[in-house]
Amino acid sequence: MAEYKWPPSEKRALIGKRVPRLDGPAKSSGRAKYTFDMNRPGMLHAKLAFSPHAHAKVAAIDTSIAEKMPGVKAVQIIFPVGTEVFWAGQELVAVAAETEEQARDAARAVRIQYDVLPHFVSDVPPERAGINVVKTGEVKEGDPDRAFAEADAVHEGYYGNTQVAHCCLEPHGQVTEWQGDNLTVWATTQNVSGIGGEFAKSLTAKGVPVDVANVEIICQMMGGGFGSKFAADPWGVACAQLAKTTGRPVKLMLERDQELMEAGSRPSLYARVKIAAKKDGTLTGWQSDAWGTSGPQAQSPLNLPYLFNFPNRSANFTAVLTNTGPIRAWRAPNAPQQCYMTMCPFDDLAAKLQMDPVEMYRKNLPILGARAKDYEAEITKASELMDWKSKWHPRGDTGTGPIKRGVGVSLHTWGGGGRSSTCQVKINPDGSVEVSLASQDLGTGNRTVIGIVAADTLGLPLEMVHVNIGDSRFPPSGSSGGSTTVGSVSSSTRVTATDALNQLFAKVAPVLGVSAERLEAMDSRIQVIDDASKGLDWKQACAKLGGTSILATNQMSRDIISQGVGGVQMAEVNVDIETGVIRVDKLVAVQDCGLIINMTTAESQVYGALIFGVNYSLYEEKIMDQQTGRHLNPNMEFYKLAGMHDIGELVVHMMTGPSYDERGPIGLGEPPTVSPGAALSNAVANAIGVRVPELPMTPDRVLAALGKA
Amino acid sequence: MSKDNDDPKDVSKWSGSPKREIGRRDFVKLVGGTSVAITTAGVLTGVPSIAEAEDNPPRGKVVGPAAVLISLKINGQIHKLSIEPRVTLIDALRNHMDMTGAKKVCDRATCGACTVQINGKAVYSCTVLAIDAAGMGADIRTIEGLAPEGQYHPISAAFVANDAQQCGFCTSGFVMATKSYLDANPHPTIEEAQQWLGGGNICRCGTYRGLRRAVVVAGGGNVPAEGAD
Repeated sequence: MAEYKWPPSEKRALIGKRVPRLDGPAKSSGRAKYTFDMNRPGMLHAKLAFSPHAHAKVAAIDTSIAEKMPGVKAVQIIFPVGTEVFWAGQELVAVAAETEEQARDAARAVRIQYDVLPHFVSDVPPERAGINVVKTGEVKEGDPDRAFAEADAVHEGYYGNTQVAHCCLEPHGQVTEWQGDNLTVWATTQNVSGIGGEFAKSLTAKGVPVDVANVEIICQMMGGGFGSKFAADPWGVACAQLAKTTGRPVKLMLERDQELMEAGSRPSLYARVKIAAKKDGTLTGWQSDAWGTSGPQAQSPLNLPYLFNFPNRSANFTAVLTNTGPIRAWRAPNAPQQCYMTMCPFDDLAAKLQMDPVEMYRKNLPILGARAKDYEAEITKASELMDWKSKWHPRGDTGTGPIKRGVGVSLHTWGGGGRSSTCQVKINPDGSVEVSLASQDLGTGNRTVIGIVAADTLGLPLEMVHVNIGDSRFPPSGSSGGSTTVGSVSSSTRVTATDALNQLFAKVAPVLGVSAERLEAMDSRIQVIDDASKGLDWKQACAKLGGTSILATNQMSRDIISQGVGGVQMAEVNVDIETGVIRVDKLVAVQDCGLIINMTTAESQVYGALIFGVNYSLYEEKIMDQQTGRHLNPNMEFYKLAGMHDIGELVVHMMTGPSYDERGPIGLGEPPTVSPGAALSNAVANAIGVRVPELPMTPDRVLAALGKA
Repeated sequence: MSKDNDDPKDVSKWSGSPKREIGRRDFVKLVGGTSVAITTAGVLTGVPSIAEAEDNPPRGKVVGPAAVLISLKINGQIHKLSIEPRVTLIDALRNHMDMTGAKKVCDRATCGACTVQINGKAVYSCTVLAIDAAGMGADIRTIEGLAPEGQYHPISAAFVANDAQQCGFCTSGFVMATKSYLDANPHPTIEEAQQWLGGGNICRCGTYRGLRRAVVVAGGGNVPAEGAD
């Protein structure tokens, strides 16, 4: 069996370098075709009728008027009479018509009667939430009571994160088309290999029998997912039913309000926290009473504190059941909230001890065991890039004038690693190379990562490699969640390209008169190790294949990837204490993620994560109307996201080299999204001298914290 | 050109300078002036003659709700289509002409993903009715018209070189907003670019750092080397 390993640094022509993403030209010229852009011959447009009530039972559905509307070709009931609706915006009926405008008219003409039920859309503390609570978890370790009694300093505080949405710019949706028994779905999905089975199962259950073998999922370009696009979704199945009924392709993309109301959001998390330490900053005790909402379902208990395993802790969580809408995995599920819930009390305790929080983190790093030295190095690097020592001051900027400046810090971790991936590598007699796997590029740079690994393994320039992804006809590869994509596909590509190359070596070795083990692929040549003059150009070598291509298929190996990354982030802000407006001056992110395949897209992931953090820390909030139970801001005017001038200076430093590279690729999409909330909140506290206890830190919350509102 | 004049939300300003609506007479002249383009385009299916291009409903006449015939000048070519008067320019481009470079995201003049140029100015095409654009004889340029097939506009190239796109769904809009900005301000600094492009276009993935560098590079300016941190 072949031995698989990553090339040493001196033999990495592309791995770890800055490589422009392969699909950049298509995207920046407008030629990239996303699901939303698919216009099939004879295609119909579909729109959804949805519940205006946050909690109701569907009493009657009358589609007769809609069916007679101009251009309407079919109406599909998604959830029948008797369905209990748990949030405003839940889809109930889909209508397909010749034009988008006609479909929208007809969806409005669907008459649905409801038995309206009481709703609850407030994630208030459990004692005020009435019957809408489920206590889902409680842990106790050590002796917290004694820890608090014996501590030199104890801090108690309240902290909260509201619900935020994914707000993918390309909304959820798909185009479906039948040809006989075969269904093609152009989907915007993080799960090209997985949703075909879901379509087959759901359609068959609804009387449209289809084998998964007859379902093809295609997603070449994707306008964002962030954890919200793993499923076929009820509207997707309805879209395929409409296509079956009408015998025509159907496009159904959620409108922006539907996207924000029902295509997922991040759970809220609130807690009353008590934290204790010795005089020197050593953490001794933790207690948290936490709650939050995941919509109508109780979420699993949340593990607090985050990252630091306190010797004495007690933590409980109560789920508040609401009609705010469904949750979906949101970039690093639960970690940003838990990090905020831990690093902010930590920072407040440091302030109480009059310690620089960076020094207090250093003091407690031994709790982190083997990773402590990585965090130590990252804290040192981040401090240097932020110029922390000269910028940090005790709580409260004492300068005159309304603009107060401050800095904050946070630490985070994430698992990542690999899930599953099968790759196929084909080397053709003309020298061209095809790498195929049913993975997907959400905008992370996955396509380019695959190309780089294949090209470096085969000793070729990137242009020689054709990367085929985004189609379920290719070998299955895992869904893109948990920062596992790069770990999975880099491993399967490395393994399979190595296998294919070994086959080529076996063909070429007799020609060169050496054994195959003595060959290497470098600089578009197959040559003898330590005797580069003896060899063949890549194309000459491939010509030896005669008429038959080499075809290798293999799975990822867990031996060349690993799990577990860390990072340190620092924020510098200025706060206008007269208006409550926070401006971000600078964000520093120092991050490790094992062996980096493409430095350009890795850094872009971290820059993007910092901006994601600015969004949820300062702007984003799903606002619910208590009277009607409806989402008040399901649009981009009032669901606020940062613009280019809101982000300040961003500095990213990736940890590379010895002790990082040998871990192999790990995955990066989520970890740097975890810390910004805590780092920014801590910076604001450092600036204005008080904690703004909830995210987002909107001006009203800042003024309230200052006692001015 | 001041920033205010380029506000893509302000539809009162997209008729170009001097600020007046283009009348029917102007439109005919405009079409006449581009007869070469029309002749060239005439070989394409469905492209009208000059006479047919006058099919837009007369000004002031009440039309609809049924579909009406309109002619749109897009990327130098006349496109004739039959659409309901309520159809927005973005939907006309995407659903009726398969020009999908401009993206529909917010559909409410907030995010800029649908940005096109009308008479040289950046405009949100989700907030312009196609029939209005036709009636004023708007000279529409979409991202498809920036460079011939197989070639890339220098702005697009700068976006790639500075990794100014992740998922890419906002990218077309940013490219077109950048085009309008650079037409008026050919050599911006990073601070100027950031200020001008700060509010009118939104990226969800967070490509703003690459974007502001790309705008400066596309304007011929220099940015610090990557990895100079």
